[in-house]
Amino acid sequence: MKAAIVVFPGINRERDMAIALAGSGATPVMQWHKQADFTDIDLVVIPGGFSYGDYLRCGAMAAQSPAMDAVRAHAARGGYVLGVCNGFQILTEAGLLPGALLRNAGLRFLSMDCHLRVERNDTAFTRSYQTGDVFRAPMAHGDGNYFADDATLDRLEGENLVALRYATASGAIPPEAAFNGAARNIAGIYSANLRIMGLMPHPEDLVDPLMGGTDGKPLFDALAMMEAA
Amino acid sequence: MTPDVTQALARQFGLSADEYANVLTILGRTPSYTELGIFSVMWSEHCSYKSSRVWLKTLPTKAPWVIHGPGENAGVVDIGDGLAAIFKMESHNHPSFIEPYSGAATGVGGILRDVFTMGARPIANLNALRFGDPKLAVTKRVVDGVVRGIGGYGNCVGVPTVGGEVNFHPAYNGNPLVNAMTVGIADKTKIFLSAAAGIGNPVVYVGSKTGRDGIHGATMASASFEKDSEEKRPTVQIGDPFTEKLLIEACLELMATDAIIAIQDMGAAGLTSSSVEMAGKGGVGIELDLNAVPQRETAMTAYEMMLSESQERMLMVLRPDRQDMAAAIFAKWDLDFAVIGHLTDTGHIVVRHNGVIEADIPLDPLADQAPLYHRPTEETPKPAKLGPVADPVGIKSALLTLLACPDLASRAWIWDQYDSTIGGQTVKRPGAADAAIVRLDGYTRALALTTDCTPRYCQADPEAGGMQAVAEAWRNITATGALPLAITDNMNFANPEKPRIMGQFAAAIRGMAAACVALDFPVVSGNVSLYNETEGSPILPTPAIGGLGVLEDAAQAVGQAISPGQTLLVIGAAEGWLGQSLWLREITGREDGAPPPVDLAAERRNGDFVRGQILAGAVRACHDVSDGGLLITVSEMALAGDCGVQLSGARDHAGWFGEDQSRYVLAVDDAPAVFSAAIAAGIPVEVIGTTGGRNLTLPDGDTISIADARAMNEKFFPDWMNVTAV
Repeated sequence: MKAAIVVFPGINRERDMAIALAGSGATPVMQWHKQADFTDIDLVVIPGGFSYGDYLRCGAMAAQSPAMDAVRAHAARGGYVLGVCNGFQILTEAGLLPGALLRNAGLRFLSMDCHLRVERNDTAFTRSYQTGDVFRAPMAHGDGNYFADDATLDRLEGENLVALRYATASGAIPPEAAFNGAARNIAGIYSANLRIMGLMPHPEDLVDPLMGGTDGKPLFDALAMMEAA
Repeated sequence: MTPDVTQALARQFGLSADEYANVLTILGRTPSYTELGIFSVMWSEHCSYKSSRVWLKTLPTKAPWVIHGPGENAGVVDIGDGLAAIFKMESHNHPSFIEPYSGAATGVGGILRDVFTMGARPIANLNALRFGDPKLAVTKRVVDGVVRGIGGYGNCVGVPTVGGEVNFHPAYNGNPLVNAMTVGIADKTKIFLSAAAGIGNPVVYVGSKTGRDGIHGATMASASFEKDSEEKRPTVQIGDPFTEKLLIEACLELMATDAIIAIQDMGAAGLTSSSVEMAGKGGVGIELDLNAVPQRETAMTAYEMMLSESQERMLMVLRPDRQDMAAAIFAKWDLDFAVIGHLTDTGHIVVRHNGVIEADIPLDPLADQAPLYHRPTEETPKPAKLGPVADPVGIKSALLTLLACPDLASRAWIWDQYDSTIGGQTVKRPGAADAAIVRLDGYTRALALTTDCTPRYCQADPEAGGMQAVAEAWRNITATGALPLAITDNMNFANPEKPRIMGQFAAAIRGMAAACVALDFPVVSGNVSLYNETEGSPILPTPAIGGLGVLEDAAQAVGQAISPGQTLLVIGAAEGWLGQSLWLREITGREDGAPPPVDLAAERRNGDFVRGQILAGAVRACHDVSDGGLLITVSEMALAGDCGVQLSGARDHAGWFGEDQSRYVLAVDDAPAVFSAAIAAGIPVEVIGTTGGRNLTLPDGDTISIADARAMNEKFFPDWMNVTAV
């Protein structure tokens, strides 16, 4: 499986992503945003960071980049797209996923482990987990407070498009488990065709027992098994 | 119109009458306004180390593994596998009081540049912070701003902040200390230095544009604060971590080629110090045309451009035939790239602006005749050893008080705002081990990193305190299993013109040097911050030490977390030293007595034994005994592992809370084996308990649940900042 990691100026978790993908057997290639070319690419990844410094609004500048036209085209032909942290913010700003990521409820950057509950495991992203599995992942963001209007949230839940929710270690989803205040504890969502996933936490930073665990590895194992698009 | 240059103006710029007289001698005429600015910043305490140089020279700086010691942008040590670690710690104290967010943020940015300037990719940031009395509103404002600033910059550039330390003391009320450390990794055969070479070669400016921010910052950092410090806000620089990130990537991309002859970041005193130092070190002259400098503001004068401390800028000397290729790299990263001058054979720095020569200064005397002071010193009288002190509250009550006090409370509120996992190589995150452990991407090897100083010891006895700071850094690295290699020092002191303060400095250096020699732990880089006083009130002497060690296999690192079924051993001798202890201060309100002495031979022996046991695989967890003493050490291990402890062996308050040095608590599976090994090596050892359950149980049966201990330990910062704990 060949994955393109799109690098916008200010993106800073691209190497973490490449390590995680390669560790599961995928072949990641870095693509500078001005030279993005997704021919023969199975998965496009927009990694974490602070694209354009997040000086306007997280992800807003990168969402206007010509590279995002290529991402849209890739998605339109049924290609897979993963956006993590700033990548999730960029996907929402680009209109490829609904909703927005607001400032964390406590108005502080939060860097800590959180627990995530897998809401369905019949997707290309989560098939190495079981539905209801809880896994741990580091989060590191100032703007991860997922927001959408009630109709959108109802639709996401109604169409089973919530990918991951912030949970307790035992899988309960009280509001306080969403440290950043995310609506309905939403940590990650899918597009309607289940080909695009955005999430705030960083499973790519928990794929090695030495770093404290391999909770994030099944996500990349699943992606590495992806058949060519 | 620029003012006439007079001795009175020179004094305003921070030059003494003698120093100004020497300027007149060197030039043989009255300096221009721009020249006066250049002399004043180059001869400021901050840039010239004029009060500290005579003492810094006495520090040991060599070892077989040291590649570059003090004198370059940062220290460089060989860490094996063909790699070099490049690291340094630097203060941003004065700006951080005036404008905490920007002061701290640009402190991080500045130290990052010192490291990647030498060809290293930064892989870890640490910090050492000292704040005033938490009861003051200003302290809360400063802590909040500094923590946000460190996080705001470090998180955005994408370098994990993996460790640090924080103390509170009223002596820092008007003068907090923000010391930032960066560690980077490079191929040891590809280290970039700053000495310019090649007459006619282009001098290239890259990075952000120059604005009017930070003008005369180095001079501000070389004076004490008076009541008007708020008015100094215009001298604080503003950081742009996004541009720094681009600058890191662009510089590393260029460094992979053979284009760069010399490179230097523009830090304190900006374009002045970078151009003067590059040309001076290379023994060449330099000519600058300021019209070519990328400018953010209109109508800037030569004086303003030469003294601006706008951030995220670098100066390079390039091979002429690689100039176009280099320009293309910076264009890719949307960064300014401008040829602003060339090297000459004149031995002068010549600055032109709008066709006029604004400065023409011979470089040799600017460097060689920089002021050097043997300032008078007055020794701090050795304090008397503390006599017996009764226990007014009992062990359990004292433990809960200490766990909750600002100097021992959990720092999670702080480190939860720093991205510590980015890079995917953080083996031991903040709080998990005595030193942070960061693996090197693609290798099994890891670095152990720590910052340490106990200022209250330094205040009572600067020599013993300086020695203890180095020893504790060595101990914290050792407690993870790593081999300590070298340190960077950040000497924070008050006004050196006062003999008592200069005496503190000299004594601290003596103590540090003795420890460096005994522990094979040389100083490879450092920074001095003087005049840390406000309205005549000095800070505690604070020689902050940043230590670096290496582990051949990251998997061998141990942390503080205990698990059920282990035995706890304490390594090292103790008499119950309460002088200058936190128990004495927090329980009895006293800050007296001599600080605990460090027996360097015992330090070395105990530490080498502990490291040997860890590397042999015999140790499950390890934590040194430091602030708060033995019972705090055990409690921290219990909290880290979320596991109870049954303690054995009766001790009084001095036994539980004394801060006798050179000690470690080890959690082991096979206690008899480790015990006999210690006895065989002549190392003091004692079994002090076993692990398991949900309580911390004292030998007399008194019990504290881990949950209660945690609640006490974790409440200070969230309560203080009025936030809901998460």
